[in-house]
Amino acid sequence: MGVEGIGARVVRKEDKRFITGKGRYVDDIKLTGMTHAHFIRSPHAHAKVKKIDSSAALKMPGVIAVLNGQQLVDDKVGNLICGWAITSKDGSPMKMGAWPAMAPETVRFVGQAVAVVIAESKNLARDAAEAVVVDYEELPAVADIHAAIKSGAPQLHPEAPGNQVYDWVIGDEGAADAAFAKAANVVKLDVTNNRLAPNAMEPRAAIADYDAAEEHFTLYTTSQNPHVARLVLSAFYNIAPEHKLRVIAPDVGGGFGSKIFIYPEEMVALWASKKVGRPVKWTGDRTEAFLTDAHGRDHVTHAEMAFDAQNKILGLKVKTYANFGAYMSLFSSSVPTYLYATLLSGQYNIPAIHAEVIGVYTNTTPVDAYRGAGRPEASYLIERLMETAARQLKVDPAQLRRTNFITQFPHQTPVIMAYDTGDFNASLDAAMKAIDYAGFPARKAKAKADGKLRGIGVSCYIEACGIAPSKAVGSLGAGVGLWESAEVRVNPVGTIEILTGSHSHGQGHETTFCQLVAERLGIPISQVSIVHGDTDKVQFGMGTYGSRSAAVGLTAILKAMEKMESKAKKIAAHALEASEADIVIENGEFKVTGTDKAIALPMVALAAYTAHNLPDGMEPGLKESAFYDPTNFTFPAGTYICELEVDPGTGKTSFVNFVAADDFGRLINPMIVEGQVHGGLVQGIGQALLEHAIYDANGQPVTASFMDYAMPRADDVPSFNLSHTTTLCPGNPLGIKGCGEAGAIGASAAVINAITDAIGKNNLEMPATPDRVWRTIHAA
Amino acid sequence: MYQTTYHRASSVDEAASLFGKSSEAKFLAGGQTLLPVMKQRLASPSDVIDLGKIKELQGVELSGDTLTIKAATTYYDIMTNADVKKAIPAIAHLTSVLGDPAVRYRGTIGGSIANNDPAADFPAALLALGATVKTNKRSISADDFFKGLFTTALEDGEIITAVSFPVPAKAGYEKMRHPASRFALTGVFVAQTKSGEVRVAATGASQSGVMRVPAIEAALKANWSPSAIDGVSISANGLLADIHGTAEYRANLVKVMAQRAVAAAG
Ligand SMILES: Cc1cc2nc3c(=O)[nH]c(=O)nc-3n(C[C@H](O)[C@H](O)[C@H](O)COP(=O)(O)OP(=O)(O)OC[C@H]3O[C@@H](n4cnc5c(N)ncnc54)[C@H](O)[C@@H]3O)c2cc1C
Repeated sequence: MGVEGIGARVVRKEDKRFITGKGRYVDDIKLTGMTHAHFIRSPHAHAKVKKIDSSAALKMPGVIAVLNGQQLVDDKVGNLICGWAITSKDGSPMKMGAWPAMAPETVRFVGQAVAVVIAESKNLARDAAEAVVVDYEELPAVADIHAAIKSGAPQLHPEAPGNQVYDWVIGDEGAADAAFAKAANVVKLDVTNNRLAPNAMEPRAAIADYDAAEEHFTLYTTSQNPHVARLVLSAFYNIAPEHKLRVIAPDVGGGFGSKIFIYPEEMVALWASKKVGRPVKWTGDRTEAFLTDAHGRDHVTHAEMAFDAQNKILGLKVKTYANFGAYMSLFSSSVPTYLYATLLSGQYNIPAIHAEVIGVYTNTTPVDAYRGAGRPEASYLIERLMETAARQLKVDPAQLRRTNFITQFPHQTPVIMAYDTGDFNASLDAAMKAIDYAGFPARKAKAKADGKLRGIGVSCYIEACGIAPSKAVGSLGAGVGLWESAEVRVNPVGTIEILTGSHSHGQGHETTFCQLVAERLGIPISQVSIVHGDTDKVQFGMGTYGSRSAAVGLTAILKAMEKMESKAKKIAAHALEASEADIVIENGEFKVTGTDKAIALPMVALAAYTAHNLPDGMEPGLKESAFYDPTNFTFPAGTYICELEVDPGTGKTSFVNFVAADDFGRLINPMIVEGQVHGGLVQGIGQALLEHAIYDANGQPVTASFMDYAMPRADDVPSFNLSHTTTLCPGNPLGIKGCGEAGAIGASAAVINAITDAIGKNNLEMPATPDRVWRTIHAA
Repeated sequence: MYQTTYHRASSVDEAASLFGKSSEAKFLAGGQTLLPVMKQRLASPSDVIDLGKIKELQGVELSGDTLTIKAATTYYDIMTNADVKKAIPAIAHLTSVLGDPAVRYRGTIGGSIANNDPAADFPAALLALGATVKTNKRSISADDFFKGLFTTALEDGEIITAVSFPVPAKAGYEKMRHPASRFALTGVFVAQTKSGEVRVAATGASQSGVMRVPAIEAALKANWSPSAIDGVSISANGLLADIHGTAEYRANLVKVMAQRAVAAAG
């Protein structure tokens, strides 16, 4: 490892601009003649739009246009799509209700847009929006899963009787029944996985700029995957053909999944820009973020686990209801199916699994992938079940896990996934040692003497990342391939530009991707720059989500580097009159091994571009590209253990210690990995203790501001004790597994297991607010 | 935000006269309540009259057994003031757990009590300490000042100039923070005056705003110690309930916070 190579704790290059306020976000961009959009949104959870009267608004100062959903229909702008087709157990396709970018007839959640005002300033647009009179006829609404599936419940879409999107199954029901029939013990658990609002620091924003002369659109948008946005806008929404649409995702302030999707506001901005003949800007505010960014989680599950007399798991049965909100968002259908149920084997040998997932429409904000996407729900369920089982079977929870760990790899689970490698005992050992698991009973006794209830909770998570082999996801219904692309451009003076289809919205690509180049060529990272986020600059790529940027994106860069290095070695060998096989790359030089003959990278690059003396038949230039499609998912895994105290008087939880032992395969930059784990853990703890997007029975959101929705703050979380137990991923040449979501996947169960241990009661839902914990302690 | 006209008053009299001349004016102090409400377009004052730079509304004075805090003094200035820490440390503590640093640097005692949010911290201190609210027109005892949710004895255009606190023998404040806003989910201020009277006020608990808690006052009058409150039972009737706390939970908190406040008061 060089000082800036793989494994070095290099300070992030991009932070200079971020922490000096020089980042360039969509809202920072101002175009000549730019107009401003303000959306008129439904205050009702379910209503018919009878009439929209814009006449008064159109007379107001600075108003350019008031546009509505019927005009979108008239202009043949497409409805929003869901890109992953799921088939129900009866063989029928999932039931899709139409989702127009602005509702011409019916609104189905509070915040759904019905019209947009385009004006000279944001404030004038808001003024005019208040003068637009929308005549609604309210309809009965339904917000939660239980109510939505009752007979006689208000119905959202004629296409989906009973508000059911699909009823999907995985696994072998017969085998699961047989396992339960011979069980010595059966453990049962009901859990709710609370709905979350993603709350990236930067709200979503878009600027659309239509060039009438070229019939060309430019869209600046807060996207995690600008090429996918262009593809969808072009192929499905009829905005413009791909070569007439440039999508730029500049600095983006966090996504957590919520900026994967293509939202109505971008579509409307593009369409409106052509209609008014000027650039149109929309920047969401925090309330709009709460109302319209796709939410996460929201499951209700019943699960049963069968054990033999030696406490070995025989089988698992799961029935989950997943709340999708009012419409099927872009990748929503895959989240509670292929991203959730395929992880239900956890870290354990489970011979038989059967799971049924029922997707449900409700009059709430659409739900889609949010950090972890399905895997936190699976991990939370399995790890709550293991803890419940340990209590019921009266065995140590760590030991029960150990008894059931998968130890042979590769391991084929009964739910599609084939784990390639791992060492679950190693991470459990490391975490137990770090927290002094053996000393816990003494600490608990001492805390009791001080009037505090102390608990310890274990969570052994596994996730599937790097999403993933295109062929595999294609066979499961995905509408896209999930490879990644890269291009390496060596400039004539030897500096390097890496163009990646990944997108950084906080992850640190501009540093870690350079570290690979530094490692291979022995040059400082200051000589390398990373180009991403602009469809006019970068070849087609799939973007960043599912902890895939290093495992897939960086591997694509490696492949392109190898091609480039191979050509560069030929040029060097030619110049040094040596054999290509004898050329090695060290410290930015191409050397003839075992001699002092060498030529520096800039000279090789210059030779490639002057082309005065290249090997016969060689093309000039030094630029290579690659597309990399992985052969499998990657499987990061680890153990989190949380020790905490509950104040019996108030139900308030205080952390004593939180240890995380993760196996992410090879680490490119341990400092950035630690940052990713910290952030993930905080989100997992946020879900466990604080966060909950709540609707009342009529579908009115109760938590649409930070005064009600509790985001974790620094003093809500402990300092974390992190360590790594590494097994290299065999699926990619760098051995990388991914680290972006682990914390959010594994933390919640550790916290709830610790609280339930502390209070001696097993049934506790998230978020475990002081009120809820206090009531649970004092419940009969 | 709607269009409005901003005025920076240099004296209380000027502020009052500006108010008289405008159609729908609002005084601005720290802006921590008023500005968010205006940004959300839930308030549209024609004129905003800033009290924040008025010299006579700034500062703290300790004279004999009276601590006077001028209305536009920020929480941060109160929290770090030597006289406050010496005379009534419970007020310094209350201010240190109020909101977050941004709120404490801007928000003011006058704004807090004029607004009288049912979960605000300062109303509990005023009520428990038997403070007096000074305005540009009169003096109002805390018992008469708070009139229920977001309502006070202030008349239209009346300006709070200061709050005077009698220095107590003992006082303590404990608060369970609202997990999202950091207001008081429930907070209890306990005080024992130099003449031996016990006053206890709870905020964040009652549907009608800050309230005295006679049952706890009686128990503490008999025996100033946390355990004296063990037998007291607080009814959940009339208490606030929301997603962060049921009425039963708040009733429990009134008791538990009172016990901890007594322990803190010593
Ligand atoms: C995130 C956040 C957290 C908070 N947490 C807490 C908390 O934990 N505890 C708590 O108690 N409060 C909390 N607050 C509220 C905060 O204390 C406010 O600042 C306070 O309610 C108002 O004070 P201000 O100086 O900002 O007043 P402003 O917002 O400027 O004014 C509020 C009202 O008071 C009137 N007013 C102001 N000064 C005077 C005066 N001298 N005479 C007459 N009328 C006047 C104004 O006209 C206006 O109607 C929080 C606020 C925020 C935004």
